[in-house]
Amino acid sequence: MEKYMFLFLGGDTSHLSPEKQQAHMEKWFEWVEKLKNEQRYVAGEALMPGGKTVAGAKKVVTDGPYAESKELVGGFFVILAKDIDEATMIAKDCPDYVLDGIVEVREVIKFD
Amino acid sequence: MHDSQVNQLIDHLFRHEAGKMAAVLTRLLGFHSLELAEDIVQDTLLKAVSTWKIKGVPENPPAWLYTVAKRKAIDAIRKHQLQAQHNQQIHQGLRSEWTLSSTVDDFFTKEEIEDSQLRMIFACCHPAIPYESQIALTLKTLCGLSIAEIASSFLTSQEVINKRLYRAREKIREARIVLEAPALAALPGRLEAVLHVLYLLFNEGYNSSHPDQLIRHDLCEEAIRLCVLLTRNPTTDTPDARALLALLCFQASREDARTRPDGSIVLLKDQDRSQWNTALIERGKYYLETSTSDGAPSTYHIEAAIAGSHSRARTFEETDWKSIAMLYNLLYQMKPGPIVALNRAIAFGYSESPTAGLNALRKITGLNDHYLYHAAMGDFHALNGNESEAFHCYQSAEQRAVSPVQKKLLAMKQFELSSRVRG
Repeated sequence: MEKYMFLFLGGDTSHLSPEKQQAHMEKWFEWVEKLKNEQRYVAGEALMPGGKTVAGAKKVVTDGPYAESKELVGGFFVILAKDIDEATMIAKDCPDYVLDGIVEVREVIKFD
Repeated sequence: MHDSQVNQLIDHLFRHEAGKMAAVLTRLLGFHSLELAEDIVQDTLLKAVSTWKIKGVPENPPAWLYTVAKRKAIDAIRKHQLQAQHNQQIHQGLRSEWTLSSTVDDFFTKEEIEDSQLRMIFACCHPAIPYESQIALTLKTLCGLSIAEIASSFLTSQEVINKRLYRAREKIREARIVLEAPALAALPGRLEAVLHVLYLLFNEGYNSSHPDQLIRHDLCEEAIRLCVLLTRNPTTDTPDARALLALLCFQASREDARTRPDGSIVLLKDQDRSQWNTALIERGKYYLETSTSDGAPSTYHIEAAIAGSHSRARTFEETDWKSIAMLYNLLYQMKPGPIVALNRAIAFGYSESPTAGLNALRKITGLNDHYLYHAAMGDFHALNGNESEAFHCYQSAEQRAVSPVQKKLLAMKQFELSSRVRG
């Protein structure tokens, strides 16, 4: 099994009612539960919106990584999968696609 | 990560807490800061969604939400240096950095939250805002109903409700309306709208527009709880408030008998009446008996009398349809509308004859899109032994029903009819 990282972009729920927001979140709980039951789940973190960007030789500091919430990375998972195809299949279970969410699937490089 | 806590989030937690937080925050920040309070609630829930979906549910979800909301409120107070147009005592506490946190903390105690909700409902029912906008605003902000749910309770579209909400907010801004808990003397003037809010809140719970749920007990309980609070305060303990509470108790007494464990509907005719909650029926009777006044009865009085009459009948056959039809006549004079007309026609049909019922139903206009209208037509055709007409009506009803449980019931009716014809 190899490690893969899922980067979650977008998936904005701000237009939903509290009831719908909760319902959407519960779909995530089911997904995480499934990943844990299959012993694929390794780690996950949620990221605050906003932040700072440092760039260039002059180390220019700007506010926020991106302006568009569509492109904002909201968090990530590290999961186990046989290969990139299997990891991609698993990523298709992410509940955020209905909210125009995007999942980037990246293999974690093994250092040996 | 709390592996075992997955899926353990209380149903409707967000909806409940959104209303509570909005109420507390508006009281804290001043009633003129309704929009700021709504933004803080929105931000708090968004933060919960983005964190919990990845990290799981925290130990104490409401406490987590309150902590975030408190922090955001303190930030807002610092940033806006909110001018205290409100309570002097609150202002004192908020002015100094030293006491800011503890004053904010004080607002998130259980008692204060409960108090704030009712107070805010009265505040939102401000007479300068158009009546229907007051009610839409209150249901949205304080009861946490979605636009779709509010639209369904008013039998109208979501655009109409959006417009009403927009108008309410515009009015608050333009006329610089200060939403604040009215003085004692002004409470009775706003009570009518407040009772209407509780009535609609209960109805949404009792006949949920949610596709997968017929009854949402939490909404019914909430409406009853708030109505009980009204009857405990001498200023708001009016005959109308008691009549509404009586109605809610009678309706709620049938909640358990109205659905099967699989969620399907049991019609009044087929309900196991021993499952009716007698304690609630007794409470209903008590409130109705003590709701008399010298003034004219309200629609709540009439509706409570109808619901009370049903709960007196030990069997469906014993139902006193003559009185019920008469009460619906009265109700129709006070509140003419297609749904009351529909119920009146049904009661009339049971007290006179199925043909009389059909004739009364045919006179109603504006309900062609409503499944209950076609279902009622079907019932009377079936009683008249006119199976093919009945079958046709149930089909039309099924096409127009919203929730799967309603559709299932109508499909069952068609099935029963066809086996009757064959058998």
